[in-house]
Amino acid sequence: MKQFLSFITKEFHHIFRDVRTMIILLIIPVILIILFGYAISTEIKSSPIAILDYSRDNVTRRLAEQLQASEYFKLYRTAGSYEEVETLFRQDKIRLAVIFPAQLAGAGEPSIQILADAANPNEATSLIQYATAIISTSDIAVSSLGAEVRQPGIVPAVNLLYNPQMKGAYNFVPGVMGLILMLVCALMTSVGIVKEKETGAMEVLLVSPLKPVYIILAKATPYLLLSMANIAAILLLSRFLLNVPVAGNLILLVSISILYALVALCLGLFISTIANTQQAAMLLSGMVLMLPVILLSGMVFPVENMPWILRVFSNIVPAKWYIIAVKNVMIKGLGMAFIWKEAGIMLFMILFLIAVSAKRFKTRL
Amino acid sequence: MNVTANDNNTMITVRNLSKTYSRKGVGEPALQNVSLAVKAGELFGLIGPDGAGKTTLFRILATLLLPGEGEATVCGLDVVTRWREIRARTGYMPGRFSLYQDLSVEENLAFFATVFSASIKENYELIRDIYVHLEPFKNRRAGKLSGGMKQKLALCCALIHRPDVLLLDEPTTGVDPVSRVEFWDMLGRLKQQGIAILVSTPYMDEASRCDRIALMRSGRCLATGTPARICQSYKRPLYSVRSSRMYPLLGHLRSWAGAHSCYAFGHSHHLALKDSATDIASLETYLKEKGYTDALIQPVEPGVEDCFMELGND
Repeated sequence: MKQFLSFITKEFHHIFRDVRTMIILLIIPVILIILFGYAISTEIKSSPIAILDYSRDNVTRRLAEQLQASEYFKLYRTAGSYEEVETLFRQDKIRLAVIFPAQLAGAGEPSIQILADAANPNEATSLIQYATAIISTSDIAVSSLGAEVRQPGIVPAVNLLYNPQMKGAYNFVPGVMGLILMLVCALMTSVGIVKEKETGAMEVLLVSPLKPVYIILAKATPYLLLSMANIAAILLLSRFLLNVPVAGNLILLVSISILYALVALCLGLFISTIANTQQAAMLLSGMVLMLPVILLSGMVFPVENMPWILRVFSNIVPAKWYIIAVKNVMIKGLGMAFIWKEAGIMLFMILFLIAVSAKRFKTRL
Repeated sequence: MNVTANDNNTMITVRNLSKTYSRKGVGEPALQNVSLAVKAGELFGLIGPDGAGKTTLFRILATLLLPGEGEATVCGLDVVTRWREIRARTGYMPGRFSLYQDLSVEENLAFFATVFSASIKENYELIRDIYVHLEPFKNRRAGKLSGGMKQKLALCCALIHRPDVLLLDEPTTGVDPVSRVEFWDMLGRLKQQGIAILVSTPYMDEASRCDRIALMRSGRCLATGTPARICQSYKRPLYSVRSSRMYPLLGHLRSWAGAHSCYAFGHSHHLALKDSATDIASLETYLKEKGYTDALIQPVEPGVEDCFMELGND
């Protein structure tokens, strides 16, 4: 036990004395949260639009005002001609243009032209939806254009659950948690163990009476503790900076995070049994762990829309299950009954990885 | 049965040991049929250039590698079956090990002491001689120490659990000459404590500091014995030749009819003759013909390096 504690102390010395490690552990999580929370956002906010108004009457002016009043749009310019609208699109000054025809109010079938820059199809779709919604529900449109007449028999009553404002942060916070735990636990642990091999220290440690399993445990423990600190920091940042509250049970959320951190630690351990240099460990962790977390976990791209082969592959990405579980607990406020499957899969992954690593770990060189 | 006490107190035995790294047992062997024995209180040197198989031998003895053929014991324990016991009683200092650069001198020592279930206090006696050199820098990071200091610290770390056998793989490589002398002085004091020390070095001049040596090359043991005995076994007449034009001299000496071999040796060339009947006066004439007016020819006593060159030539 004394040996074990002294080993952990040594690990903390390594961590706290290395600037690079400290940056990865402390600065990167904060940067990621801020980056994903603000900068890399799929939300539409203040998109520049142009309005071309041939009719210039009361109704169109009110509609234009309402478009501008919404937080989604910001009027870039009132265009004078159709050519000007096209030029603005080409110069990438606007994302959307609304064209009111002459005599909109008096027309038999009033129609409004909406142009969108579909170079970014997802954004264009959202923009058109927002614009259509604003125009068709506007009181002035209803009263003076009789827009409600055109409504079909069935009116869908849309109610967005759990994330009514469709905030991107609700999606990214669980994703960033999955990413950071993977970064801290898997990457740092694998690099840490491989570093001992590379410097030759492992030769001496193996010759010592210290059992190899304690060497591994002592390497992993500090990173597990630090990743818990990271989880706390992320939850605080998301609560107070991004306004994403924890809807469910905090203890359940932390437990599932520890479970996932253990999966990541086992992955790091597994990588350390394969890689012989720090670069190899870093590359393996980066390629085999980080990329799938970003691409295949459903954090950025919806897994449901991927080709079947990637969908199948995504099942072995631990982050996918973790993110599902975190969303269930943190965003939807569900209890243990709704995440037992995800927890079970992660538990199975831990046992599998421990078995494989134990088999691969060499008590000799 | 007390397995540790052998008849003649032999702490390390190596019998007909071979090791090949490639998986199927083909390819260049790293060790070929090596045999040696080290007694308690003996300082045994493995002398040979890089690639001689010294590190492989150390790793087998430290139970980090499995021997290919043959057998090896440390403290009378077989390296294959009793590795766990061996590990507790051996101090091993790998060649490229440079401690934990980001820990201080004291932290490194304390860490290795705890890991080996010992404490600095109880074994301070053993390392005091060495540690006094380090004490002024005990709060300095190991990475900021000089090469010699690092090796002294590594030696302290290998000694801190009072091992019966000390395995030192090239401890003086990359260390300045003064520190090397100090290091060997320390080893001399350690062997008086009854520790069996196996040490390797590529420097031939350090061979004389060992009780016995084994000359190694390409995985083979060329000769084993005391440095004096090995030098005595050198039979050829040996001369040192100098002149102001050393580089062309080497070629001319080699092409001389009476020369067996010739190689650069510090500031002069060492010339081994084919047989003792050769008249050295004919060499003087030969060199004069070639235009060396200032050639200085002196007979010299063979050293370990000369033996190594001679044995390696076969």
